[in-house]
Amino acid sequence: MKKRQNVTIKGTKDGIVLHLDDSCSYEELKKELDEKLSANQTNEGERHLTPVKVDVGNRYLNDAQREEIKNLIRQKKNLVVDDIESNVVTRAEVDKLKAENEVVTVSRIIRSGQVLEVPGDLLLIGDVNPGGTVIAGGNIFIMGSLKGIAHAGVFGNDQAVITASSMQPAQLRIHDCLNRAPDKAQNAEKREMECAYIDDNHQIIVDRLQVLINLRPNLNRFEGGH
Amino acid sequence: MGEAIVITSGKGGVGKTTTSANIGTALALQGKKVCLVDTDIGLRNLDVVMGLENRIIYDLVDVVEGRCKIHQALVKDKRFEDLLYLLPAAQTVDKSAVKPEQMHKLINELKQDYDYIIIDCPAGIEQGFQNAIAGADRAIVVTTPEVSAVRDADRIIGLLEKTKTVESPKLVINRIRNHMMKSGDMLDVDEITTHLSIELIGIVADDEEVIKASNHGEPIALNPNSKASIAYRNIARRILGESIPLQPLEDKNKSVFGKIKQFFGVR
Repeated sequence: MKKRQNVTIKGTKDGIVLHLDDSCSYEELKKELDEKLSANQTNEGERHLTPVKVDVGNRYLNDAQREEIKNLIRQKKNLVVDDIESNVVTRAEVDKLKAENEVVTVSRIIRSGQVLEVPGDLLLIGDVNPGGTVIAGGNIFIMGSLKGIAHAGVFGNDQAVITASSMQPAQLRIHDCLNRAPDKAQNAEKREMECAYIDDNHQIIVDRLQVLINLRPNLNRFEGGH
Repeated sequence: MGEAIVITSGKGGVGKTTTSANIGTALALQGKKVCLVDTDIGLRNLDVVMGLENRIIYDLVDVVEGRCKIHQALVKDKRFEDLLYLLPAAQTVDKSAVKPEQMHKLINELKQDYDYIIIDCPAGIEQGFQNAIAGADRAIVVTTPEVSAVRDADRIIGLLEKTKTVESPKLVINRIRNHMMKSGDMLDVDEITTHLSIELIGIVADDEEVIKASNHGEPIALNPNSKASIAYRNIARRILGESIPLQPLEDKNKSVFGKIKQFFGVR
C-alpha cells in the first residue's frame, strides 16, 4: 500500500456507498475512481442496475463536476448514481434554502393590482382584496380575509397549504392546481378559519383549519416541550 | 404654507369633479383661501361645474410652459370675496403635456398663497393620475357603493400608499341611495369602509339637486337647504380638523314636528 486510498467502496443494505476522499485533488480523485471502478467490474453478466450513493465528505462539487462524477460512474455498466452527498454548500445555496424555509411576516393590505411574492412561507397580517395576489414558495397564512388570489408552493411544492381567517378567494392555486370560486356565491355562508390543500386526487380541497393537524404534520416547527 | 389635497377615484363618473368643486366651495365658505386645480387636461370640466367656463383666458399648460404667470391663469370666483380661484386645465392638448415634476413645482408655488389647493384628478392610473398626485400632501378617494368603483378605489389606494409624499388617503362615499343600501342591493357604508380599511371622511346621498346645480354652474354647496350640500360642508369641516358625526341617511322626517323643524331650517 503506497498511500491512503482516495476511493473506498462500502456495501450497505441500501446499496453501494462510494466514499471519496476530500483532501486529494479533484483530478487525482477522478483518476482513482476510474481505475477502481474498472478493476471492480466483476459481475458483468448481471443486467440489474445497482444504485450507488456517493459521499464526497467536505469537498464542494460544482454542477459540472457532479455531472462528471455521475457520468464516470454511469459508464460502469450496472452502476447508477442515486445521490451525491456533500457536507459543503455554498453561501448562495444556504441563502436560498433559508429563504425558502423562512416565514416572512407582512403587515399590510394587498390591494387590487398589487402582487406580493415571497420565496418561503407567508404570514400576512391583513387582507388580500379582490384583484390582489399573494404568491409563496411555501405555505400562505392569512390572518385577515382572502378575497383575491393566493398561490402557494409556486416552485413545485404540492404539500403547501393556504389558510385564511375568512376564506372568500377569487382563485386558489397550489403548485399547478387551480380552484376558483363558484360563479354564484353561496348565500351568506360564513367561510371562517379555513384551509386549502391538495388531496390525493390532485384537487384543491377547502376545509376546516383543524384538518391540517392530521394532514400536514410537517407544518410543526416546534420541537421539544412536553 | 397651504395644503394640497388631491381628489381621486380611479373609476370615471363617480363624482370627482363634483366633489372637488363642492369641497373647494365649502372650504371657501369657511373662510379659507382655496385654489381649485383641474388636472384633467384635454377633458376639463371643473370650470363648467363651477360656472367659470367663459372667463378662462390662460390654462394650466400655459403656466407650466411659461406662456403666462400663475396669477394670470387663475380664474376668480365672483361669488366669494377673493377666496376661491380656479386653475383650469387645457383643452387643446392631452395629459402628456405636463410632467409630474412641473406639477409639483406649480402646486408648491400655489401653496405659498392659498390655504388649500384642491386638485381634481382625472380617471385612470396613467400620466394624468401621476401628475395630479405629484404635488399633493393629502388625498381623498371618492367611490360609489358599486363593486366596480370600490375595486378601482382599492387599486388607487394601493398606488397612493406607495407614494410616500401623500398622507394616508381618506374616503368619500358618493351617490348613496338609502333604500337600495337598506334592501341590500347596494354595498353599505360599513362594508365599503371595512373593505378599503381607510378612514371615512364623508358620505353623500344621491341627490338630483346636485346634477341640477352643476348644470347651472353653481356648486350645490352654495345651497344651504340641500342634504348633499350639508354633506359637502361637513367634509370641509372634517378636513379642517373638526369632528362631526356622519349625517344619518334616513329620509327626511315626515312628521309634523319634522316639517316645522324643516320650515325653520333646523336640521
